[in-house]
Amino acid sequence: MKTRVLSLICLFAATFTALPVWAADAIGGPVAQRSLNWHAIIMFFVFVGFTLAITYWAAKRTRSAKDFYAAGGGITGFQNGLAIAGDYMSAASFLGISALVYGSGYDGLIYSIGFLVGWPLITFLVAERLRNLGKYTFADVASYRLQQGPVRSFSAVGTLVTVALYLIAQMVGAGKLIQLLFGMNYTSAVVMVGVLMVLYVTFGGMLATTWVQIIKAVMLLAGATFMAFMVLKASGFSLETMFSSAIAAHPKHAAIMSPGGLVSNPIDAMSLGIGLMFGTAGLPHILMRFFTVADAKEARKSVFFATGFIGYFYILTFIIGFGAIMLVLNQPQYTETIMKDGKAISSLIGGANMAAIHLANAVGGDLFLGFISAVAFATILAVVSGLTLSGASAVSHDLYASVFKRGHSNEVDEIRVSKIATLCLGVVAILLGIAFEKQNIAYMVGLAFSIAASANFPVLFLSMFWRGLTTRGAVTGGVIGLVVAVTLIVLGPTVWVDVLQNKEALFAYKNPALFSMTIAFFATWLFSVTDHSEAADKERAAFLPQFIRSMTGVGAEGASRH
Amino acid sequence: MSADTIERIQQSPKFQALIHTKRNFSWTLSIIMLAIYCGFILVIGFKKEWFATPIGPDTVITWGIPIGVLVILSAFVLTGIYVHRANTEFDRLTQEVVKEARQ
Repeated sequence: MKTRVLSLICLFAATFTALPVWAADAIGGPVAQRSLNWHAIIMFFVFVGFTLAITYWAAKRTRSAKDFYAAGGGITGFQNGLAIAGDYMSAASFLGISALVYGSGYDGLIYSIGFLVGWPLITFLVAERLRNLGKYTFADVASYRLQQGPVRSFSAVGTLVTVALYLIAQMVGAGKLIQLLFGMNYTSAVVMVGVLMVLYVTFGGMLATTWVQIIKAVMLLAGATFMAFMVLKASGFSLETMFSSAIAAHPKHAAIMSPGGLVSNPIDAMSLGIGLMFGTAGLPHILMRFFTVADAKEARKSVFFATGFIGYFYILTFIIGFGAIMLVLNQPQYTETIMKDGKAISSLIGGANMAAIHLANAVGGDLFLGFISAVAFATILAVVSGLTLSGASAVSHDLYASVFKRGHSNEVDEIRVSKIATLCLGVVAILLGIAFEKQNIAYMVGLAFSIAASANFPVLFLSMFWRGLTTRGAVTGGVIGLVVAVTLIVLGPTVWVDVLQNKEALFAYKNPALFSMTIAFFATWLFSVTDHSEAADKERAAFLPQFIRSMTGVGAEGASRH
Repeated sequence: MSADTIERIQQSPKFQALIHTKRNFSWTLSIIMLAIYCGFILVIGFKKEWFATPIGPDTVITWGIPIGVLVILSAFVLTGIYVHRANTEFDRLTQEVVKEARQ
């Protein structure tokens, strides 16, 4: 088993290629406030009104802790698949991937594929084990046979750090996007996002959070499908025509039809790929979704549907990107001339990441532009709600109920703590959103993924797959992974050079995951095998019952329904 | 779950056979997925021109495009194959094992 794990890691290391900086860049950088976009604002308020009604409906159904954290375990595989896909199809990925295709054609497809291949592996290896072992948070799985106090404290820290970084990136992104799309002021946009997410989570819990995500996923898929359809229609439903007119319009001509300069620094590329793939399997708000379905069967179905929706979405963004080359590029109403390095160059109004937004206008007029803008905002709102709920669960379920109260708290108190935590997270998110307005946040999402891959993932994975894991190994290895990931990011080009304005980076690569995750796995192994305490022997012995439960679902949460 | 049940499941030859099959199946699929992706990336890294070749004499569509779409489809199909087998055959066997162990 150990060699399999190692060979898997080597394989990953050997295969990954460059993945996007756009994750945060899509919404980074200064933006100008635009005039009020009424179509978008009205449609957005329709969405908000509808989701608040759902929250009201969900609030009446959210009584127990299981309702609050896991929507009562009653989400179906199909619904959960949409919700997981919704978590993945963020505003950054919609705008970013289509912009990448718009800018360099085929390379955009390479990026999307790198994102997608993580999902089958999650299905084959972890989905059902997670479902069979967990209850509300991934710490339930990680601490299953280990000491509750230290492992849960560590997992809660891992969760909160990941959530905080991700939240900052989303809040700042939301503020800027809204400024750009709606013509609303930055601070009021951030405050509005914060208030709405607190409302969804505190009143509607996981049920509301899931439905907000599902509705948004459906809106986004419908909007993107319409755009792709209109692009195909404009080319007479001939891919040949679409590609030929794109080649004719694009300054790179035929080069957009084949791989470009993406694989330039293979090590950095691999490292980013590893961070994204294993980061996904270590993101607390994604892992939480596996506990909202009834059993392992539904958990597997969820990832199957999620993979389908995400794959379909990436094919759409590819068409949308080419559509933007055909219909937006070189069109005077969407471009402006700016001065760069003393030369006048033509660029998209609002930046390259606005390609999909301009295309929405080109194919569907102002009304559809409003719809797509509202979808982009809804996307951010849905993602921050999921993040907040997972942060709040770490505080109430892991820290308060399991560590502070040692498992002797009652559900009512636990939910109350969770709601207070949600409120605090909302306030913190708003304050951080405002504080980071002018900061370069491009590294935040990458850092969140790197930490998820280096701290959360190794502990979670080994707890399910390796009998020898002990509390000492898990906590020491996880903390080392976290510290190394943060340190390497700080010393790397994104923070040391871009943020701290030093001349040369002390660590050459932008993405630390390749190194920090390897170190975390090694440290976890080392501190586990050298642990000869009596407690460690008991933990190893407890692997068998855990393994049997993970494979059969006997004793799993919600299994009684069968 | 009592210690007895655990012991009985663990010793059941049926369970041993099940986890063996399941483990092989999921690692095989994982390796297929990685091999597909790995191959795709290696071509881009070292033999870019393969993907830049048009698929026919009168077209601008290059081999890279259908292959890229096939990689996306393969992820979906492989997931489907796994989920189908796990949700029918594996789940049925698991329930039999559990039922026998509880008797």
